[in-house]
Amino acid sequence: MSDSFAVMIIVATIASGIRLATPFLLASLGEALGQRSGVLNLGVDGVMLLGAFGAYYAVLQTSNLYLGLLVGIGLGLLIGLFYAFITLNLHAEQGVSGIGIYLFGLGMSDLLFQKLVGTPRPILPFMPLEIPVLSGFPIVGEMLFQHSIIVYIAFALVPIMSFVLHRTTYGLNVRAIGENPEAADSLGVSVMFTRYSAIIIGNGLAGLAGAALAIELGIFQQNLTNAMGFIAIALVYFGAWSPKGVMIGSLVFGLVQSIVLQCKTFGVIPRSASDLASMAPAIITILALVVVAKRFKQPSALTKPYVRGG
Amino acid sequence: MLLSLGANPLSGYATMFTAAFGSLEGFSETTVKSIPLLLVGVGICIAFRANVINIGGEGQMVMGALLATAVALAFPAFPSFMLIPMVLMAGAVGGAFWGAIAGALKAYFNVSEILSTIMLNIVAVQFMNFLLRGPMIDPAEIERGTGIPQTMRLSENADLPILLEGMRMHLGVLVALLVAVGAYFLLWRTAIGFRIRSVGYNPDASRYAGISVPKNVTSALAFSGAMAGIAGAILVFGSESHRMVTDGGSTGFTGSAGFNGIVVALLAGLHPLWSVPSALLFGGMLVGANALQRAAQVPSALIIALNGLIVVFVVSSEYFKQRYAQAGRVEEPDDNDNGVIVTEGGNNE
Amino acid sequence: MKKLNLCLSAALLAIILIAPSSLLASGKALRVAIIAPSAKNDLAFTQSIVDGIKAIQKDREIELAITDGTFVVEDAAAAIRDYAKKGYDLVLAHGSQYGGSLKEIAPDFPNTSFAWGTSADTFGLANVSSYEAASDEGGYVMGVMAAAMSKKGGVGVVGPIEVGDAKLYVDGFVKGAKAQNAKIRAKVNYIGSFSDVALAAEAARAHMAAGADVLTGTAQMVVGAIGAARAKRVAWFGTQANQTELAPEIVVASQVYKWEVILRKIIADMDAGIKGGKKYEINLANNGIVIEFNDAYKLDAAVKEAGMKAMAGIKDGSIQSGASH
Repeated sequence: MSDSFAVMIIVATIASGIRLATPFLLASLGEALGQRSGVLNLGVDGVMLLGAFGAYYAVLQTSNLYLGLLVGIGLGLLIGLFYAFITLNLHAEQGVSGIGIYLFGLGMSDLLFQKLVGTPRPILPFMPLEIPVLSGFPIVGEMLFQHSIIVYIAFALVPIMSFVLHRTTYGLNVRAIGENPEAADSLGVSVMFTRYSAIIIGNGLAGLAGAALAIELGIFQQNLTNAMGFIAIALVYFGAWSPKGVMIGSLVFGLVQSIVLQCKTFGVIPRSASDLASMAPAIITILALVVVAKRFKQPSALTKPYVRGG
Repeated sequence: MLLSLGANPLSGYATMFTAAFGSLEGFSETTVKSIPLLLVGVGICIAFRANVINIGGEGQMVMGALLATAVALAFPAFPSFMLIPMVLMAGAVGGAFWGAIAGALKAYFNVSEILSTIMLNIVAVQFMNFLLRGPMIDPAEIERGTGIPQTMRLSENADLPILLEGMRMHLGVLVALLVAVGAYFLLWRTAIGFRIRSVGYNPDASRYAGISVPKNVTSALAFSGAMAGIAGAILVFGSESHRMVTDGGSTGFTGSAGFNGIVVALLAGLHPLWSVPSALLFGGMLVGANALQRAAQVPSALIIALNGLIVVFVVSSEYFKQRYAQAGRVEEPDDNDNGVIVTEGGNNE
Repeated sequence: MKKLNLCLSAALLAIILIAPSSLLASGKALRVAIIAPSAKNDLAFTQSIVDGIKAIQKDREIELAITDGTFVVEDAAAAIRDYAKKGYDLVLAHGSQYGGSLKEIAPDFPNTSFAWGTSADTFGLANVSSYEAASDEGGYVMGVMAAAMSKKGGVGVVGPIEVGDAKLYVDGFVKGAKAQNAKIRAKVNYIGSFSDVALAAEAARAHMAAGADVLTGTAQMVVGAIGAARAKRVAWFGTQANQTELAPEIVVASQVYKWEVILRKIIADMDAGIKGGKKYEINLANNGIVIEFNDAYKLDAAVKEAGMKAMAGIKDGSIQSGASH
C-alpha cells in the first residue's frame, strides 16, 4: 500500500466519522440544553424520526432542501412545546413521558410515511459545499471542508451554544435553573419561560438532527434513526452537558464507527468477528468516560419538576 | 388526523378489549405478554429506589437469555425439576452481571448509568448476533447452508410447563408474580432493601450512617438486571419456538419490554406489587392491539403511535389526580403511589 | 387509581382510535394470510411475497390478510396461531426467524397449510412447506457483470449480518466477480445491522474510497448505500426487488424474486389435497429469480453478454454459483 493511498484512506475515514457524528451532535446539543435547564427528554429519537420524515416529505414535494430543514426544525419545536407543557405544567414524569414521545414518533413517522409516500422514493441530498480557499488545502481541505452545509451548521452551533450558555444572561438563567430553581426564582428569573424555551429549542435541534439525517441519506424508511436518539442522550452524559464535550463525544463515537467500517472493508477484522468489532463504538465511549468522568456533576435539579413554594 | 384512515373507533376498542381480557384464552395471552413487562418493571422499581435509572433492560434481557440458553445447551439431559430452576438462575445471573457492570461504572467511576446502559444494550445485541451466528448456531443450519442465526430447539426438559391445558399461560407467570412479591419483601423487609432505599433517598445521610453508597448502587443495578435477565430466560423457554433467534436487533426478541417495563414501573408508582396490574394492562394493550391489527388490518405503526400517546396521556393525567387527591376527596391506596417520581439529581460524590 | 387512569385514558384514546370498518367478506375464495417482518411496500423482502400473491390474485379469487411490520418473533407466532385458528387455508410465515415458532404451532392445526421461508426445512411435517430463493445465482450473475464493468478493478458489497439469504447472495456475488476476473478486489463489509441506514451509506463510501467503482448490497438498510453510490455516480446492482426507482442513474440491474412461481405450485398442491411437506426454491432456471435490467442505464454490450453467459451456465448446471447449491 503506497503512502498516498494510505493518506487518502485516513482522510476518507475521518471525513466519514465527521459525517456520522453530525446527527448525534445536533441531537445531543439540543438534549444538553434541555438538561442544563433541568429537564430530561428520553424522546429524542421519536422527535428525530418525525423531523426526518417531515423534512423528507417536504423535499419530496417541493425539492427545496432548506424548506426540508425548516420543516424538521418546526416539527421539533412543536413537539418541544407539547413536551414542555406536559412536563412543566402537568408535571408528567420525564422519563416515562419521553418514552411515550419516542413511541409516538416511531409509530407516527412510519404511519405517515406509509400513508403519504408508501414505496420509498429518493430525494437528492445537498451537494458538498466546498469552503473557498480552505477546501483547497491538501488533506485537511478534503477532510474538513468538503462537507454538506448541515455539517458546518452542526459544528458552528458548538461555539454558539457555548457562548449563549456562558456569556449571556439567558445562558446564566438556564444554568441557574438547572442547579437551583428556587434560588433563581427568588432572584426574579422565570423558571417557566426559561425551561419552556430550553426544551423547545432543544427539541427543535432534535428535529433538525432528524432532518439532517434524512436529507443527507436522501431517503426515509421505518425507524430511519435506528435508536440514534438514545445514543445522543448518552453522549450528553459523555460530554458533561457542555457543547464542547458533546462534540467530542459525538466525534469519538462517529470516528470509531468509521474506523471499524474501514477496517472491515479492508478485511483487517475477520468476518467471523465482525459483530464483536461493531461493539467498539459503545465500549470505547464507556472506557473514554471512565478515564475522565471523575470530575463531572450533573445539573442538580435534573428531572425535578419545579413547584413554586413547594 | 387519525380519523383520516376512516374507521369505527368503538368496534376497534371492543376488539382490543375482547382480545386481551374477554376470554380465558385472551387473558392467558395477556398474562404471557405481561411477564417480561412485570419483571423488567420490578427491576426498574428496585433501581429507581436507589436513584438509578436503568435503561439497560433490553441488554440485560438479552444477556440473561444467552446465559440461560447456554446452560440449556450444556445440560440438555437434566430433568425438568433441576433444569428449569437452573436456566432461570442463569438468566438472573446473566442479567445481574450486565446490570452490575453499569452499577459499578456509576458507583466507582462516576459514569452515568444512562450512558452505560444505553451503550451496553448495543454491546449485548452484537454479542447475541455473534453467538447466534457463530458458536451457538444450530448445527443443522450450517449443514443445510441456510445459516439462520438461531440455536437448535432447546431441551424439552427446560420447557416451562403450561398451566392451563391448550393455552399459552405457562410457569413463567407464576415466577414473575413470585419475583414481584420477592422484590417487595427485598425492598421493605430486608436490610439490603433498606440500604438500597436509603442510598437512593439520601446518599449523604446513608454515608454518615455507614452505608456504602457505591456498593448499594451496584447491587441495586445488579438486582434490577437480574429481574430483566429472568425475563429474558422466560422469553426463551416460554416462547413458541423454545429457542433463541436473532433478527439483528434486540426488539425482535424482547418486544421492547426493556423500555416498556420502565413505563410499567413508573405507572405503578415504583411499587413492585402495583406493577402487577400495571403490567397486565400494558400487556393487554399490546395483545389487544395486535389482535386489532389482524382483525381490521390496522397498520402496526398506528398501534405503536397510539401506545405512545396513551403513555403520555396517562403520565400527564397524574397531575389532575394529584390535585384531586390534595383536595382530600380521594384516598390514596398506597403510600408509595405518589405518581410523580422525583429522582434526586446530585451525584454521589 | 393507576388502573382507573389507564382505563380512562385508554378509553379516551379509543374515541379517536380508528379501525378500517370494512372487513373483507369471506366467500369461497382461498384465504391466505401473510406474516412478515417489514412493511408490505418495502421495495424488498416483504413486498416480494405480497407481490407474489397479488400476481396470483389476477386469475384467482384470494382473500388476503397481511400482518406486516411484525419484527417481534413472539408476536409473529401469535399471529400465525391466530390466523390458523380463524380458518385461513394458507398461512405464509415470511421470515426465517419465524421457523422455530412454526415448527411448534403447525402440528396443532393439521388442516391448515403453512409455508415459510427463506429456509429449506419442513420439520418433517405434512402441512408445512418451506421456500427459499437461490439468491446466490442472481448474485453470481451480477458479480460477473460487476467485475466485467469495473475499470478500477474493485467491487464492494454492503451486507447486514453474515446470515441466511444475505450471506447466500453476497457469497454468490463475490464468487461471480472472482470467476470473471481472478484479480478483482472484491471487498465485503457486513456492517452489523439490518437497520442502520447511515452506517450503510458510510460503508458504501468506504468501498468507494478504497477503489471500488461497482457496488451492491442486500437488506433493507442498503437504501443508504444506494444514495451514497448515486451521489458519486457509482454503478449499483440491486437484489430482492427492482431498485431502479431508488437511483435510476446508477442501478444497472436488480435480482427480483417472483414468489408466484412457487406459490402457484403450493396452491395447486392444496387443491389436490396435499397440505405441504415439500421444499420449494425459486431460481433462475424456474424463472422465480429474474434479473431485471434498467433500460435507462447504458450498459456495455460485452458486460451484458458476460452476464447472460453466466446465467445460461447456471441454468444448465455448468456453473456452481454458491457454496452449497
